[in-house]
Amino acid sequence: MTVALFIPCYIDQLYPKVGIATLELLEKLGCDVVFPLGQTCCGQPMANSGFSGLTNGCNKNFIANFSGFDYIVAPSGSCVLHLKEHLQDDKNPEKAHQIKNSLFELTEFLTDIIKVDTLDARFPFKVGIHNSCHGQRGLNLASMTEKNTPSFSKPEQLLKMVGGIELSYPKRKDECCGFGGTFCVFEEAVSVKMGKDRITEHEANDIDYITAGDSSCLMHLEGILNRKGSPIKTIHIAEILNSSF
Amino acid sequence: MSSRNKILNAIAAHQPDQVAMPVIHHEQVITFENPFLQFKTIVESIGGKVVLVPTIQFIQSEIQNNKSASKYIINTVSELGDVPDNLNKLTAAALEKLDTVYIRATLGVAENGAVWVSESQMKNRLLPFICEHLVLIINQKDIVATMHQAYNKIDISTEGFGAFIAGPSKTADIEQSLVIGAHGAKNATIYIIE
Amino acid sequence: MNSKHAALSEKFIADEPRTNWHDETLWFVREKRDKATHGLPEWEQLREWASQIKNHTLSNLNAYLTEFEEKAKANGIKVHWAADAQEHNEIVHSIIKKNNIQKIVKSKSMLTEECHLNDYLQEKGLEVVDTDLGERIVQFRKEPPSHIVLPAIHLKKQDVSDTFHEHLNTEKGNNDPQYLTEAARQHLRSKFIEADLAITGVNFAIAETGGFVVCTNEGNADMGAHTAKVHIACMGFEKIIPKAEHLSVFLRILARSATGQAITTYSSHFHKPRPDQEMHLVIVDNGRSRQLGRADFKNSLKCIRCAACFNTCPVYRRSGGHSYHTTTAGPIGSILNPNLDMKTNADLPFASTLCGSCSNVCPVKIDIHEQLWKWRQEIVKEGYVSSDKKTAMKGMSYMFSNPALYRFVGIIGRWMMRNFPNLLKSKHNLWFKQREMPEAPKKSFRDWYIDHQK
Repeated sequence: MTVALFIPCYIDQLYPKVGIATLELLEKLGCDVVFPLGQTCCGQPMANSGFSGLTNGCNKNFIANFSGFDYIVAPSGSCVLHLKEHLQDDKNPEKAHQIKNSLFELTEFLTDIIKVDTLDARFPFKVGIHNSCHGQRGLNLASMTEKNTPSFSKPEQLLKMVGGIELSYPKRKDECCGFGGTFCVFEEAVSVKMGKDRITEHEANDIDYITAGDSSCLMHLEGILNRKGSPIKTIHIAEILNSSF
Repeated sequence: MSSRNKILNAIAAHQPDQVAMPVIHHEQVITFENPFLQFKTIVESIGGKVVLVPTIQFIQSEIQNNKSASKYIINTVSELGDVPDNLNKLTAAALEKLDTVYIRATLGVAENGAVWVSESQMKNRLLPFICEHLVLIINQKDIVATMHQAYNKIDISTEGFGAFIAGPSKTADIEQSLVIGAHGAKNATIYIIE
Repeated sequence: MNSKHAALSEKFIADEPRTNWHDETLWFVREKRDKATHGLPEWEQLREWASQIKNHTLSNLNAYLTEFEEKAKANGIKVHWAADAQEHNEIVHSIIKKNNIQKIVKSKSMLTEECHLNDYLQEKGLEVVDTDLGERIVQFRKEPPSHIVLPAIHLKKQDVSDTFHEHLNTEKGNNDPQYLTEAARQHLRSKFIEADLAITGVNFAIAETGGFVVCTNEGNADMGAHTAKVHIACMGFEKIIPKAEHLSVFLRILARSATGQAITTYSSHFHKPRPDQEMHLVIVDNGRSRQLGRADFKNSLKCIRCAACFNTCPVYRRSGGHSYHTTTAGPIGSILNPNLDMKTNADLPFASTLCGSCSNVCPVKIDIHEQLWKWRQEIVKEGYVSSDKKTAMKGMSYMFSNPALYRFVGIIGRWMMRNFPNLLKSKHNLWFKQREMPEAPKKSFRDWYIDHQK
């Protein structure tokens, strides 16, 4: 199975280890992974700021890099959601449509397409799960506390396959961390307060790591944790699923 | 052009495409094994009281006791004794010190503890609201499961006024602390006749 | 003073213990809502029915409004139409003048808040007494409500105690909610008894029967309406529903969503005035027909004002209603207010992380967070965005459209972060104000991948 890997821009630049873990994990599970070299950004930073009119270049570049693959996988629910909702090609709508249908967030790809039921991974630490909103509410990766529907979680399902891991949730299981793209600077005070509150609830569970499916949430939480000198570290779910302690 | 026509024209100009009216399937709605018990549990959880009596006459002694304690009582139920015929003339000033009012109501709703009271039952629209103690009387067989069945059984348009009343008046406007007895009745008792 | 959401919320959060209290108090309401809704197996189906009834109604508004008007008139209700807030206020004032009214009580009506009726009447020398406890508290304090269901939720009981001591002469320092509520009950009883006019809102107006329903827990709408010789009910035209049986759906979802109650204490159905009474109903547009014409935003008119989106919103809970500088705060306010004044309210659709919780709790399934996103696009299109932001976005767009440039900027950026970290540690860097910068690696993922392929 050939999988095209989409590594969002800020992961490419700031968290290459997340990209590496994703690639290694997919290869371990038998995928042929291809990384199209001309890829940049999904366009979300502009679109969420109201400038969707400025995303044509991103759309064009994404389509040029990712057309023709059966599967495209990215370790980010947020970027995947953006593309699924907004990727477009006015001249060639079929191409954008085909990409949207081939595109998967990493954990849903593992549970729904590869149907992983065991993992050769060990991570003997106490880990708090952060539900990233766009993956959870946008891509339906986990049931939501607001809704009266059966309970499930694709990320948790995978994490439970990891040896030695101890999982916990914060008291408010799926409250937003406050990153929110450019919200994190334009609404700095609320953004940081939301992050601090998530961290306080995770601290109550006496954990070693906070994990999530989106490095953007984790970057924000990491910034706050490091400022307060907390021993808690952040780690992308791909790194845990790919770990071997 | 009048504002009425201006508004209606603007709406017509912007009217969205037709969307069909949904069909509400009552069989998809919650049911209760024992509607009475559910009703009682809910009313008690919202600060009210439920008393099961074999016949309506059981309430008469309470009225007598209240009257002999010289409380200001109004009875609107002919089965319980004389009903004054000037009730709808009584003003708020006259009713300010009203202690207890007895009203025969139409039905109770198990899912939320609400009781439907129509204008002809309350005689004076103010009575169920201005009293300190509200006493409503319904038959046990008139407890329905949900609001869907309730609206099936009542016709809201035949009278000038009617209300669902669920327990005593309350507020949580100060720090979300629940306080019973805001502007309306401070106590609500529902007598249920077996 | 900067009166935009970001600045106002920064001020709110400066008192962190109070922010925590505000957040937890509203989260408690959200939890009560969860408990009430999760107890009903058909909850999601109810939302769907409510949503479809509202969609159907919006697509037949003219027919239902005219049917309602006809039936209401036949019931003896005098029906008025107001194109905007000004006309609404004038209509109310003309009824007051005609009846030579002196004493006015008002139960909660967000529409009259939207129209600033109290201020208007005050200028005419008329005093309106708000009778909802929360509204009376904020009225004494000359503050606007901070929440459409819980108007005084931003205040602590000690604040209420101080206010009541000043205005109602309650015992200094006594902050027992029971005691304070009783004081308000006594104070407002006298206002009810002497009232000539009661103004109420409308929760639902029923086309089929020409009547309307008002929901309260306190009983204040009824105390006023059944006492005064004149009753004026004010409604936005979107309050209309087709049939009486639809009330079953809406009364089942309203209180559960709002406060976690199965139903409000009083759901009062008004169809005719009392024999000695005049009953008026004012149907208001005030921008609603314009919103109806906005394909992306029309379904905001499905709103039943339960405020579930307020209570679940992580931003609202940590910034308070007043930071939204409008009558209706919270997520729903942020999609309604740009329609009324796009320039003044251009900041509001950005006061959200787009987490989507609001859309999930909405009992009539308004896609609130998606509309927030769409308003952002409109606001930028109309030019209500700073030129700095515009320049930055254009630069970013250009960079991401050119892979080679993106990689070059990446190399430079990471090199700078590693070698001159202090450059980023400036007060102009809002990220750095309360967060450390991420560590910049030497190689990007792409660099690693190319090496890895060799």
